[in-house]
Order: sequence, then structure tokens, then C-alpha cells
Amino acid sequence: MPTRANWIPYALIAPSVVFLGALFIVPLVQTIWLSFSSDDGTLLGNYARMAGDLNFSVAIRNTFMLTLVVVPLQVALAIGMALMISKVGKGRDLILWVFTIPLGISDLAAGLAWLAILQNSGYLNSALYGLGLIQGQTGWLSQETPVTLFIGIVLAEVWRATAIVLVIVIAGLQLIPKEFSEAAEIFGAKPWTRFCKITLPLLKPSLQSALILRTVLAFEVFAVVYALGGTNFPVLAGEAYNWQNINQNYGVAAAYAVLIMAISIAATVFYLRVLRVRPEQLP
Amino acid sequence: MKQDMLRTAAIAVAMIGGLSAARAQETVFYSTQLRPIEEATKVRDVLLKGIAGKVTYVVDEPPAFAVRMKAETQAGKRTVSVVGALHGELQPHVPDDLQPVDDLAAKVASLGIPENLMTLGKLGTDKQQYIPWMQATYIMVANKQALPFLPQGADVNALTYDQLLQWGKTIAEKTGQRRLGFPAGPTGLLPRFFQGYFYPSFTGGVVTPFKSADAEKGWETMKALWAVSNPNSTNYNFMNEPLLAGEVWVAWDHVARVKDALDAQPDQFVTFPAPAGPKGRGYMPVVAGLAIPKDAPNRAGAVAVIEHLTKPEVQVQTAAEVGFFPVVKAELPTNLRPGVKLLANAVAATQGAKDAVVSLLPVGLGAKGGEFNKVYNDTFQRIVLRNEPVKTVLEDQAKVLDGLMKQTNAPCWSPDKASQGACPVN
Amino acid sequence: MTSVTATPIVKPSGISVPGARRLLLWTGIIAVLAWVLLPIYFVALGAFGGRLGVFRWPKSIWPSDLSAASMLQFLNIEGVFGALMNSFIAAGFTVLFSVLLGAPAGYALARYSFKGQTAFRLLVLLTRAFPLAILALPLTVSFIRLGLYDTAFGVSLIHTVLALPFAVLVTQSLFMGIPREYEEAAWVFGCTRFQAFLRVVMPLALPGLAATAIFAFVISWNEVFAASILTVRERTLTAYLLKVLSESPLHYRFAGGFILIIPSVLFIFAVRRYLFAVWGIASK
Repeated sequence: MPTRANWIPYALIAPSVVFLGALFIVPLVQTIWLSFSSDDGTLLGNYARMAGDLNFSVAIRNTFMLTLVVVPLQVALAIGMALMISKVGKGRDLILWVFTIPLGISDLAAGLAWLAILQNSGYLNSALYGLGLIQGQTGWLSQETPVTLFIGIVLAEVWRATAIVLVIVIAGLQLIPKEFSEAAEIFGAKPWTRFCKITLPLLKPSLQSALILRTVLAFEVFAVVYALGGTNFPVLAGEAYNWQNINQNYGVAAAYAVLIMAISIAATVFYLRVLRVRPEQLP
Repeated sequence: MKQDMLRTAAIAVAMIGGLSAARAQETVFYSTQLRPIEEATKVRDVLLKGIAGKVTYVVDEPPAFAVRMKAETQAGKRTVSVVGALHGELQPHVPDDLQPVDDLAAKVASLGIPENLMTLGKLGTDKQQYIPWMQATYIMVANKQALPFLPQGADVNALTYDQLLQWGKTIAEKTGQRRLGFPAGPTGLLPRFFQGYFYPSFTGGVVTPFKSADAEKGWETMKALWAVSNPNSTNYNFMNEPLLAGEVWVAWDHVARVKDALDAQPDQFVTFPAPAGPKGRGYMPVVAGLAIPKDAPNRAGAVAVIEHLTKPEVQVQTAAEVGFFPVVKAELPTNLRPGVKLLANAVAATQGAKDAVVSLLPVGLGAKGGEFNKVYNDTFQRIVLRNEPVKTVLEDQAKVLDGLMKQTNAPCWSPDKASQGACPVN
Repeated sequence: MTSVTATPIVKPSGISVPGARRLLLWTGIIAVLAWVLLPIYFVALGAFGGRLGVFRWPKSIWPSDLSAASMLQFLNIEGVFGALMNSFIAAGFTVLFSVLLGAPAGYALARYSFKGQTAFRLLVLLTRAFPLAILALPLTVSFIRLGLYDTAFGVSLIHTVLALPFAVLVTQSLFMGIPREYEEAAWVFGCTRFQAFLRVVMPLALPGLAATAIFAFVISWNEVFAASILTVRERTLTAYLLKVLSESPLHYRFAGGFILIIPSVLFIFAVRRYLFAVWGIASK
């Protein structure tokens, strides 16, 4: 029941708004401004250069493909992991800790780890060679093997960033009253039915948070992608980075950044609509 | 709760402010060179020893360097007193972020820094903008296992592109692996290969003959070379690792980026100059310079650092410790580490080659240096990786290049013929 | 206790889980454990394998000729200790600020419906939706003007910006899960809103706040970009090492990668008990 004291929520969010305004919005506005002021004096000059670049359409395609594959995989895997943990008695703390370790691992270390596995002289090839499945070093990450390169990047991303989803899902799962499920069991509902009819709907707020965060982050991915794929797998954030740092054109970089932001906002609004959480659905 | 927070914040700010005030007299030396851990440690422990006063050596990648230089200028507060960076990295910061160092140029005049290097240090202005610090270049490195496959009669020290291609083909046929390698990764120096090696060798120029018939032929050779190069080349930023892993047997790269391989296994590798094409043996020197930012907080300290680092004995030490070569007149000692010796030999062979075509570093591109590189990178991407028709791509990219030249009004530099006004793309 | 949902399990469960399903469960868990740990094990092998160990082919998955040389050289680099201190200062302030700013906002989003709610959510998310690296120049300029440039405290402010979306989202779903009837009951017993919050909601929310703190700490610890662009001398450990690391020989990179993993893993370990000890209180 929404309360009458209407100033309270505003007072609660005011500190973060002021904080973000000073530290984030100001430079953001400057950068958006920059994206609309190009060398040739036209309003959309930087955007035209961005769209005309040879990597633009490839980067869009790659980023979307990666997001569409990685995010659902991570959510499914996180739910699976959370359900498994919930059934373990002894040792649960330890298992949970191991499951959440990738949270603490930087992009650099994650890229290194997966490069050590997937490169020509890596552990995967060593294992396959030991088993007699390949004759010598085999490349998985080159421009000539786009499918395995994509799979490699997906694996690394799923490994690196599933833990965030897991923590959010666990936080959500532990809030679901067990009586719901027990009641359903008494009425003879099968485990799968209980999961679909009770757990999943009640998990919706958490899933919404997890999906939004992961999707937004997925559109920004590039460190691990560049570690594994080099120039073979351009993604949007990587292109923004290249335009700023390699080509030294801050305007086009700003245009890329604005595009990424627009896509992320669209995705967020989409999730907020589709997974609407009504107060009365809450326990 | 909020008051607590504010108080903590205030204390923190006061504490930190006090700290930086206490350090006002140190000299911050900010560099894009000698970044890797072992080298930065040597700079701190060896090369900067003996300077009066505290010198703090800080390194950053070139992009961060560019941002910081601009930001400190825009905000009107400088923390850095002396910077060390490549010619091309200093270029965009003239005239906004650097102060002329003509006084220092006079001081180091007796050290025998070659005239052409000092001229480069003016960055196209009439004042000295940086003092040359160290030099390097690009070389070829081959695993000794590759030597038996050299084509009949070929001498590694006088290799041609055709022989290199043949070599790569033989290796691929005999070992079943494509073992030529290029640093074509996101931060690899492949654009420099095109500007300093490939174009001068095949066309005798860099900008003017960009889409000439000679260039077309060259790109056909490049496609053939790529077909016998390791497909992982687009992941390589530094050739050290593929060389050490044995993934690549013959590689081209900057000396600093193959040094680790040579240091780790000096007996396993040979070094030699880059190949020659129909127009000669293109090669590009690399110059790093020392400059003083505008409003440097400690100019005296900066001058001390520059004077120290250009002393002949420190220059020799620099070569011995980190493998960058002197800009001043100095004899390298004979007892260099084996790895550094390999580098020095190849550099000497390159500079002494009879058919050498020296390609100078671009001057006058200002902030457009990055986009200049992009022209060559994109051409490579489209012709070699995406297999687009050579002629069309060269026509397209020539337009971009021409636009850049006109926009910056940069005159031609060697080996292109001198021009009045913007360098033409014919 | 055969429920599929994550019911709070206080006593050892699984007694009534049939053998075949139990086997399946443990196979699954072991598979996931291996999936998480193997890549870290490989980084450790690289870190201790010495200069040429990283290039051996075919590689053995067992450690051979271990050497701690590259690890030791790392710890001997001048300035590592100061950088470590900066890392802790930055991470500490980040934890403090993101909880102090994020929790109230999360509570507001969970308990009230107000105009501008969606706008606020979007604002918070924006910080994650925009590649921060592109803001480098304007950010640095304003930090120099504010006098926050080259301080660990300044770095923590940007890290807070990055951690805030997590803080807000996690605390929001947390408060949504705590039935508002509890609070209302407390009001009935004469508590003010604030007291009700402190005595009833806070204890239930603590584990979730710990999660927020973990996120904030880890984000700050691993963040390189802001930490290196906004500092010259006062680098955090990650920025100090990673900047020189990305171009160092491979065995150093493994060593550095490994060294940087350890603190955050330990931190997660340290708060793990706290994080999950209160498991289930909320679902009575």
C-alpha cells in the first residue's frame, strides 16, 4: 500500500541522484555533445562515419549474437546452479563460495585463463592430442574458424559473468516462502510443475534485475573478446575503444558510445515492460 | 550517518591533499615507453639513479597518455614534469600541451645527436619540441628450425619478398603448418609494416603511390604471403609469444616486441633485416623523445632528467638494459647480453643495407596520426582478410587518405617526393 | 524435504532424495565446480610455471618445475605496497558509498511507487550502459578542477558510480522480498518509520547488504580504467600492475593475474559465512 508521505522516496533517492549528476551526467552530456560535433561541421558527421565504417555492421551483428546467446545461457545456468545448491546440506557454503569465485576475477585474468586453454599450444589442444583426437596443434580462434571462435568467446563470457546472475537468483530464491511449495506438493504437483508454477513466477523480480544488468553489461563487453578474438570479432564497445584510442578520433568514439547506450536503454525498457513486477504479486 | 560520511570524506581529502603538498618537489616522469614490468623496474633502479632529487617514473599506454596530456592542459593544472614518448605520440600535443625546449637543444648540442633526429624533434615547427631519447626499428626474427627451408641461394641478410614468400610456402608444405607471422592484432604494429616496409619496398613511396600499379602488385604479394602465414596472426599484438611457443617461425616486429623471445632463447633464433621489394629495402626508424609539458611543476627537475638520460654512458646503459639504441654518439660495449646483441646486429644490418629506403616518421598529421594508420589497416582488412577486389579497395581508401592529407595540409615526407602543400595521392 | 525450491535447509537434507537423483545432483555439482576451478588452476600453473613453462607443448595438466620467481619479483616492485594501500582505500570508500547511497534508493524503489521511478532506474543503469572509457577526457578534466585528481578517494567516487547499479538493484529486490507487513506491525507497536526500518528490516536485509558490499569491493578492486586515468602517482594495485602487465612477458601476466585474483577471492570467502548464515530467516 503506497503511503501518503510522498516526499520520502524522493528524499531517499536524492543523494544518489546528486552524486550521479555531478560525477556521471555532466561528463556524459559533454560526450553526447561531442558526438554531435564533427570535423566537417555537420550534426551527424560522426554518426555517418561510424555507420560507414567497415566494421560497423559486423560489430552490431556480433554484439547482438553474443548477447542473445550468452545472457539466456547464463540465466539458465545460474538457476540450475542455485537449485542444485539448495538441495545440498553439508558443504553448501564451500560450494557456494567456489561458484561465486569468478565474481572476483578481472577481465585480464579471465582472458588469460581462456587463452591458455584455447590457444594453439593450449590445454584443450594438449588434451585432445593426448587422447589422439588431433594430429598436432589446431587453431580454434582464428579468422578462418569463426564458429569455434564464437563458441570460445561464449564459453569465456559464461564462465566469467554467470556468478553475478547466480548471486541475484539465490538472493531471490531464499525469499520464496517454502510453504508455497510444500502446499503444492501436498496437492500432488510434480517437481517440474512446482518449478514452473511457483518458483519461476516468484523469482520474476530477481530475474528482471539479473537480465537487465547482464544484458546491459553484455552490450559493453570487449576485453575478453579482444583477448580471444583479436581483430577477428569486432564488437561495439571494442570499436568505440579503438576509435578513441587507436584512431584517436574522440567524436566517432562518442557516437559509438551513444549508440551502445541507446541500445541498452531500449533493452532495459523492454525488460521492464515484459517482466513487469506488480506489487500485489510479491509475497 | 550522512554527517559521518561527510566527515570521513573531508578527512580523507585533507589527508590526501597534505600528502601531495609534501611531494611538490618530486619530478614526475611520465612515459609511454619501457612499460613492461622488467623494463620499468630497470628504469627506476638503474637508469634514473644518480639524479639529484626524487624522480617518480610512471608509465601508461599511449591512449591514456594522450588523454592525460589534454586533460591537464584543459584543466590548467599539471602534475607531470617530463614526458617520454614516441615521435608519433608527441606529435598531437604540439602546440597545446608542450613547451619548446630550445634551451636544452643548445645544452645537448655537443653530444652528437644527428641533425635529422633533432629536426624530427621540431615536429614541423621552428622550435625544438622534444629532445631525442632513444631509437629502435623493426626487424625480422626466425626460428633456427626454419633455416633449412630457405630457398636455394637466398641469404637471410639480403632477403627479398619473393624469397620470403617461397620460404613460407616451403615451410607450410614440409611441416603442414603456416608459420610466417605478422602482428595484426588490435594493438599490433602492422600499419607500420605497410607504411615503413611494404609500401616503400614495392612503390618507393608511402602516400603518393598509394593506389599505383606497383601497389596493386604489392598487395597481390601480400595476399600470397598471408596464405602461408599463421591464421592466428590477427590475434598477435607482440610476436614474442608466438615465436616462443613455436607457433610462428618467421616474424616481423618492433625490436622491443621480440626482445623477450631473444632474451629467453638467444640460441634458438636468428635476426635479420626486413625483405626488399622491387624498389629497395624499406625500413623505418623509431624515435622516442623527451619533452616538457606546458606549465610543468618542476622544470628544473625535468631538465635534470633529460640531461641525465642523454649522457653517453646512460645511453649505453639503456641499450644494454632495455634494448633501445643511443641517439647520441656512443660506442656500444662488446659484452652485450646475447639477446640484445641479436637485436643490435639486425639493426646494424638494416641501417647498413645498400638498397635501404628510409621511410621517415610522418610529420604534420597532428591528431590525425591514428586515422592515417587506419587507412592502411582497413586496406589490409578489406583486401587480404575479406578478399575484396584490390583495385576497388585502393580507389576507396585513396580517397580517405587524400582527404586526410588535405585536411591536415601535411607535406610529403621521405621516401615520397617533397611537395608544396598537402602531400598528393596520385 | 524434497522440495525443489530453495527452501531454507538448516539440517542436512537429501536424506529422502533417492539414490539415483542424488548421484545426478552430485555429478552436476562436481561438473560445475570443475568448470569454475579449472581455468583458475591453469592461471596458477602459468604463474608458477616459470618463463618457458607457459610455452611448452603438449602441456601437462600436472604442475612441473614450479618456481615462485616471477611471483616474487612482482612483490618486489617499487611502489607495490603504496599501491596496495591505495587499493584498500579506494575499495573501502567504494563499499561505504555504494551501500550508503544505494540502499536508500533500493528501499525507495521497493516500497514506494512514485513519479519518475522508471527515470531513476534508467539513470542508475545508464552508468553501466555507457562505456566509461569514452568519458575519460571530460572526467579527468573535472577531477583536476575538483582537486580529486590523483587521489585514491577520487578513484573511489568513480568506482561508486560503477557499483551503484548493483547496489540499487540488489537492495531493491532484497527489500521487495521482506514483507511490508513486518514493518507495519512494528508501526502498530509504536515504532517510528525509521525505528521500524532499523529494528525489523535491517536485520533481515543484512545478508543482502553484504552482497552489495562484495560487489562494490570487487568492482573497485578489479577496475583498471578509471584508476589509471585519474591517477598518476596514487595508482591502485590493479592499475599499477595491469598497466605494466598487459605488455609484460606471458609468465608475468599469469603471475600478475593470479596475484590480483587472490584478494577478491579471499574477500568473498571472508564474507561468505556472513552472507549465507542468515539464509532463510526471511522465508518464515
